Amino acid sequence: MNMKLKLTTLALGVTLAAGPAMAELVFPSLSYRTGPYAANGIPFADGYADYFTLLNERDGGIGGEPIRMIECETGYNTEKGVECYESTKGEGALVYQPLSTGITYQLIPKATADGIPVHSMGYGRTSAKDGSVFKNIFNYPANYWDGASVAVKHLLDVNSGSLEGKKIALVYHNSAYGKEPIRTLEELSKKHGFELSLLPVDHPGQEQKSQWLQIRREKPDNVIMYGWGVMNQVAIQEAANIRYPMDQFMGIWWSGSENDVRPAGEKANGYKALTFHNVGDDFPVFDDIQKYVVGTGKAAGAGDQIGTALYNRGLYAAMLAAEAAKTAQGIHNTKAITPAQMRDGMEALEITEAKMTDLGLPGFGPEFSVSCENHGGNGLVAVSQWDAAADSWSLITGYEQSDQDVLTPLIAEDASAFAAESGITPGC
Amino acid sequence: MPEQLAFALEVTANGLMAGVLYALVALGFVLIYKASGIFNYAQGVMALFAALTLAGIIDGQVPFSHLINAVLGTDVHHFGWHVPAFLAILLTMVVMIALAYAVQRLVFRHLVGQEPIILFMATIGLAYFLEGVGDLMWGSDIKSMDVGLPQGINAWIDETTFEAFGYGFFIDNLDIVASIIAALLVIGLVMFAQYTKQGRAMRAVADDHQAALSVGVSLNFIWILVWSLAGFVALVAGIMWGTKSGVQFSLSLIALKALPVLMLGGFTSIPGAIVGGLIIGVGEKLFEFLIGAPFLGGATENWFAYMLALIFLVFRPQGLFGEKIIERV
Repeated sequence: MNMKLKLTTLALGVTLAAGPAMAELVFPSLSYRTGPYAANGIPFADGYADYFTLLNERDGGIGGEPIRMIECETGYNTEKGVECYESTKGEGALVYQPLSTGITYQLIPKATADGIPVHSMGYGRTSAKDGSVFKNIFNYPANYWDGASVAVKHLLDVNSGSLEGKKIALVYHNSAYGKEPIRTLEELSKKHGFELSLLPVDHPGQEQKSQWLQIRREKPDNVIMYGWGVMNQVAIQEAANIRYPMDQFMGIWWSGSENDVRPAGEKANGYKALTFHNVGDDFPVFDDIQKYVVGTGKAAGAGDQIGTALYNRGLYAAMLAAEAAKTAQGIHNTKAITPAQMRDGMEALEITEAKMTDLGLPGFGPEFSVSCENHGGNGLVAVSQWDAAADSWSLITGYEQSDQDVLTPLIAEDASAFAAESGITPGC
Repeated sequence: MPEQLAFALEVTANGLMAGVLYALVALGFVLIYKASGIFNYAQGVMALFAALTLAGIIDGQVPFSHLINAVLGTDVHHFGWHVPAFLAILLTMVVMIALAYAVQRLVFRHLVGQEPIILFMATIGLAYFLEGVGDLMWGSDIKSMDVGLPQGINAWIDETTFEAFGYGFFIDNLDIVASIIAALLVIGLVMFAQYTKQGRAMRAVADDHQAALSVGVSLNFIWILVWSLAGFVALVAGIMWGTKSGVQFSLSLIALKALPVLMLGGFTSIPGAIVGGLIIGVGEKLFEFLIGAPFLGGATENWFAYMLALIFLVFRPQGLFGEKIIERV
């Protein structure tokens, strides 16, 4: 009898550990609403949560299956982020948005071993685009190298197709994140004949006088910035102080929120930022957000972040997760999907303009598709510009594709190096 | 004048200005350490808290609005008015004095006679508590700090140096204002310490707590006074740094810039904080210009400041202006 009970308990344990289809779709949100970067973390987390709340309230979840979002505070701290992952993965987590390059790097081996997909949207390890090596890691629709390439493409466009003899300075956060575009920009400088100068800024970046005095002396034609947090605000203020033309200063998407430009006031007018999604709240989905989420008192925040760059990014991330879950439900013909099935859905994800329009997000993001070989989408990035008087961003280009001739070999090189050091046999 | 020399002069001038901003933060540490022997880890957070409070008052923000709304089901965020900067600074100072009183009554009064490391740990706790309270009171969004301070290139210096050297120097108006305010602050603090009854009592407490007590000096009052002064210095530092970068939670990290200044200038000297700040400011900027950027790939300022302080520390462990501690067996 005792043995029977033990065997029954063991069988039950094994069944639970195997990760059966659960009654809810669990989406953890590794957010940071506290600490030095809270001002950026809050709108993203609000957008991420509000979209899932909208789906629950309006549609009863995804495919009729309710969504349970588990929020875990990381404080943008890598150790806390890993703790959040460990404490929530057993809840049936379908996909993680680590929201930090540091946390992403830590989760790549862990999530791969656990069979849970990770979506590092516009951050993390760029070569994760190579799905034949990084089977559980996705970074669609664009990565850091796409950003660097489209920045140069935009500069080509505004310089009549030639950057020969031009000087471009990269002001970057002196960290793994900030150094990401260097290799790409070096390759692009060889290809297009511009001179690249590198100006690292140590964390946190509150004091940048040396870098901006150097820019004042060397007079680069353009400045590209890969910054984060206070570094962005100080850089934009210092650029204004030395009277650097704002329309020749462009940041990556993590240097392109309202938080980054508002402290400089009018002087930030004309500053440009790359983006892989649209800006503002002039989309039908926001009417539903107001009706079903804000209006019913279920908004994650005070409702004052709706339409900001980072809120929209959080909402976009949630929308992509929901669409991947729908795809997974279709592939596996089940509503209660497992993380492994979610991974399949992400790998088969296809975002078309028709689909975006149906979701109330026409023109909100680029069209792209994901495959086993390509976990990073099509590398389509747009340029936005800040209008200080209107206190808003607006897209000034369409979604342009990055230079795949340059990026594809770089990604293959980095991914194969990772595969070799991790003992992974690439394949689809 | 050779171009490189003109550049070096510009870098030196900017280094001096940056040094003044570092010294502003260091001054708060010195005041508290001098009077109570406490290394106040919370000084950076005090600057953040003061700046948050000032920005919140100017903007007419309702303190603890998220908490109030969550508990009472209301939707209040702003009073609907804007407070003039000068009045807001006065009100913020009242808050900082109240904070000093609370810190003294609720924390340090109970820790009198404890080991310095215990007092230091208490300030770590205070730092995180204040950061949380600041977030709860004023929210964590980035706020603009506009108290009417000028910013941007000083046109007169630009034109004058261009005529003299053929290259116009960049000096930020905000840095000039910060230098003047820092100079006034140091003169004021030194005069207060030398020529007022409370200042002399403060120095007596700094020299010997027991002796000061025996002649009727109230330790509690002096410590509240010192924490209030440190709060005032934190407010000035918060205004300057907040104007540069907006008021946000990373403002507390400016304390990192003050540590090498303290190591170099000494923990007990007000003029030492200023001289230390100037040496660190010029040293790190010149090193970055002459060696860091051309030969080492840049971003040398953070570690070079500490290396410079370490070199001074080896030869003068008490810092340039610190009091030499001699203990005889």
